[in-house]
Amino acid sequence: MERREFLTSSSGATALALAAASGLVPAYAQNAPGWNKVAFDSKSFAEAAKTLGATSAPVESKELVLQAPEIAENGSVVRVGAQSSMANTTQIAFVVEKNPSALAALFDIPAGTDASVSTNIKMGQSSNVYALAKVGDKYFYAVKEVKVTLGGCGG
Amino acid sequence: MSDPMRIRAQAQGDKTTVRVLVSHEMESGQRKDAAGKTVPAWFIQTINATWNGKTVMSAQWGTAVSKNPFVQFSFKGGKAGDKIVVNWVDNHGDKRSDEALVA
Repeated sequence: MERREFLTSSSGATALALAAASGLVPAYAQNAPGWNKVAFDSKSFAEAAKTLGATSAPVESKELVLQAPEIAENGSVVRVGAQSSMANTTQIAFVVEKNPSALAALFDIPAGTDASVSTNIKMGQSSNVYALAKVGDKYFYAVKEVKVTLGGCGG
Repeated sequence: MSDPMRIRAQAQGDKTTVRVLVSHEMESGQRKDAAGKTVPAWFIQTINATWNGKTVMSAQWGTAVSKNPFVQFSFKGGKAGDKIVVNWVDNHGDKRSDEALVA
């Protein structure tokens, strides 16, 4: 009996030590001040919009233009850009529906800066890509499907 | 400390266009290494740019931003010789600040 107790308790301690060593308990992980962890944890476009503060579903708008390729041969570098011609656009976000973390990037647009940003993002697979713009306290979106072809044969 | 950013700022009329190429691994936390162990996420979380001390762009990034991130934006004002400063902070607490002059 004594021996059995010793064995169970020591294996528990080993498991803990292993978990710490394998990085399951990241000792260094810290988030930059002002980084919206909740928003970046969202799993869908609707969830991302909600965590960014949209109280109702975003509305599709022709005044928001999303530039994204129809076919991306390399999913690790996909150039996306968004332009809003609506006055008072204060934020532009890029959301990739099927990425593990749907929200890719969130740009604040201070007064005097054009509501037009572009960047490169990674896509795990073909998916709808959304540009989400905050105008006043309302949210608008533009969407485009981007096909990711692995192997680069363009099909 | 990582490599410096490449910043190009060009004034045209009353508008200045800034392109920034950041040098960063941007590890997504999804990739596995040769031994099958997940490589922990390591990515830039916040980045901002100032023009003569005034913020002209600030962004929050997730793991889906590409390796060696590129960003382009433009703002009203700016003339040759003005200073653009770009700062970023990643999830390890690493920071970097670089500056360039408007051309």
